[in-house]
Amino acid sequence: MLTEVKNPAVETAETTSKPMTMIQALRSALDVVMARDPDVVVFGQDVGYFGGVFRVTEGLQAKYGKTRCFDAPISEGGIVGVAVGMGAYGLRPVAEIQFADYFYPASDQLVSEAARLRYRSAGDFTCPITVRMPCGGGIYGGQTHSQSPEALFTHVSGLRTVLPSNPYDAKGLLIAAIECNDPVIFLEPKRLYNGPFDGHHDRPVVPWSKHALGMVPEGYYRVPLESAAVFRPGSQLTVLTYGTMTWVAECAARETGIDAEIIDLRSIWPLDLDTIVASVKKTGRCVIVHEATKTSGFGAELSALVQEHCFYQLEAPIERVTGWDTPYPHAQEWAYFPGPDRVGAAFQRAMEKS
Amino acid sequence: MREHPALRLHVPEPTGRPGCATDFSFLQISGAGTVRKPPVDTSHFETADLAYALIGVLDRDGQAVGPWAPQIDGTQLRRGLRAMMKTRIFDARMTIAQRQRKTSFYMQCLGEEAIAVAQGMALAKGDMHFPTYRQQGLLLSRDDVSMVELICQLMSNEADPMKGRQLPVMYSFKRADFFSISGNLATQYPQAVGWAMASAIKGDTRIASAWIGDGATAESDFHTALTFAHVYRAPVILNVVNNQWAISSFQAIAGGESTTFAARGVGCGIASLRVDGNDFLAVYAASQWAAERARSNQGPTLIEWVTYRAGAHSTSDDPSKYRPADDWERFPLGDPIERLKAHLIVLGIWSEQEHGQVHKELEAEVAAAQKEAEGHGSLLDGHIPSAATIFEDVYETMPEHLRRQRQELGV
Repeated sequence: MLTEVKNPAVETAETTSKPMTMIQALRSALDVVMARDPDVVVFGQDVGYFGGVFRVTEGLQAKYGKTRCFDAPISEGGIVGVAVGMGAYGLRPVAEIQFADYFYPASDQLVSEAARLRYRSAGDFTCPITVRMPCGGGIYGGQTHSQSPEALFTHVSGLRTVLPSNPYDAKGLLIAAIECNDPVIFLEPKRLYNGPFDGHHDRPVVPWSKHALGMVPEGYYRVPLESAAVFRPGSQLTVLTYGTMTWVAECAARETGIDAEIIDLRSIWPLDLDTIVASVKKTGRCVIVHEATKTSGFGAELSALVQEHCFYQLEAPIERVTGWDTPYPHAQEWAYFPGPDRVGAAFQRAMEKS
Repeated sequence: MREHPALRLHVPEPTGRPGCATDFSFLQISGAGTVRKPPVDTSHFETADLAYALIGVLDRDGQAVGPWAPQIDGTQLRRGLRAMMKTRIFDARMTIAQRQRKTSFYMQCLGEEAIAVAQGMALAKGDMHFPTYRQQGLLLSRDDVSMVELICQLMSNEADPMKGRQLPVMYSFKRADFFSISGNLATQYPQAVGWAMASAIKGDTRIASAWIGDGATAESDFHTALTFAHVYRAPVILNVVNNQWAISSFQAIAGGESTTFAARGVGCGIASLRVDGNDFLAVYAASQWAAERARSNQGPTLIEWVTYRAGAHSTSDDPSKYRPADDWERFPLGDPIERLKAHLIVLGIWSEQEHGQVHKELEAEVAAAQKEAEGHGSLLDGHIPSAATIFEDVYETMPEHLRRQRQELGV
């Protein structure tokens, strides 16, 4: 399956590839852009000397110095606020929020400032910042180490929200995000940091080195924003998903034997509508899968878009498989996380209805 | 049997409410010239006394006295007085324009003109200000932006540089070192620190100036900015304009009772000053001192400017509902324009006659600028920027969904 993955319009230079985890791929992206552009600075809680609680920034301070990669006080509002000021000066800051669950104190700076600076000043000032946040569940993270807050960002005009599902895309998308002159929320599914995860928590974890998408070019390349990937081509139904759920959906397709076409959105908003519409028009059925809670989640927007653009081709109601409308629990992790059984059941329903 | 009396919630109140006089003794005013001036490399704890004192230069006779009296020539002083007068006349004229519905909204800085004008003059071209909505003196004391452009913004007309997207007064003029104003209070404070950090990262020589009011110091971004400024020794001036009022709330409800806002800086490890904000010379001298500190890598300075919001909070506000009508007349630090005017007359470089003459010239200048700006339309006549511009500048390039929405609007 993996050799069939299409990465349309990948911009790449001649470079050798090697196996990388998502952590290594993200670190490589930071390394590559820091080497290319002296205006890129990396900071956040524990990202400097220690190299980040997930090791994403390991070695960067030693290589680029304390003024390019440094520790920040525990203040999300401050981290994003100073990033906005640095961006206005002309730097290209990459700020880290340790967990997506902790971005809330920075909401005002993200929504009222970063997202609107270009608009309100009519382009007089811009905000070329990237805010990295580990997100998602499936790791017994409980309520405040598991959330998927993407819908809180996609609702904000002026922000771009990006969420990779594998090391190759993670590096290419992060480079594209940093080089983008718009503010980008870069969500990293921490469940995928060390290997893909299909929801079978009772099976041993497979490392990225066993997957083609774990082969990552060492040098510079970009995966363009606003471009989805057909993660698994199929003919019977379309799955719209991103992050960890890409792998869960692929597993559900295998286990149900349903020939699902899995679209990995990669850029959640603004998104690649053409790829979505072309697929649903072809299959006539659509299942949307995300970890985030259901009500007013991003799946609702996807469902509305598909309904609007593919109404006459739809042969069954659009299905949504998501987290429940509850805070993320600890002990009941696997009853909460939308695993391959729940996703597969939705595939079956979509196939049965007409 | 109770061992202790019942607990009571303390809710601060101003001494003066409509119909009675304010007792301004809480201001703790030191006499002009009585407060020492430390070297710019002083440590924050050595400024602890200064955070509870009041630095002043102009005495009651219009003389410049004491260690803070700045080296400033007559030409600069005349320029400063003229800029303050221009700011006040501009404000008065725009307040009338709002009443005539030529603009939807306006905010004066009546009584606070010295702070923005003198600091604007004390800093260098290229130093970036992160203002609130009440530092129009920064723009009106310089020639980078014409009054016509400012009025076009206020009128949201076809020549509005912000394309009608922003509420009047929310200017943005990068070329005048004036950062885009946001409606969300205090957000620009950590941004100024970030800008200053960037300047330090690049080995630049430019510094940042952050602005906030007394009320907005209660926002979390105030605390955040002080922490980051101290941690990274950022080259920034952290201005707190204490005009005693946040709309209807007296500064005590923001946390000013029995303490000062300057004292917050010392607590965060930042050298801090408390300065007479209606004393042009003191503002100029303290700003110069803080700028020199920042530029020589000594780190940030916090300055509390003690002043009084003489006018209404905005054109939507009626202060007679919450404070005495004659409050400004009783405010012990007076009127910044009258005080500098008296000093220049003492120096023999200004006169009542010249004052009247300049006042007339400026009124004509503002009126002419308004007339020219009205030539580009106003809200009243509907000559506003095209609706197609709604969709621009949300992102650097217009994404597909915005292109579709623009087509849907038919523009």
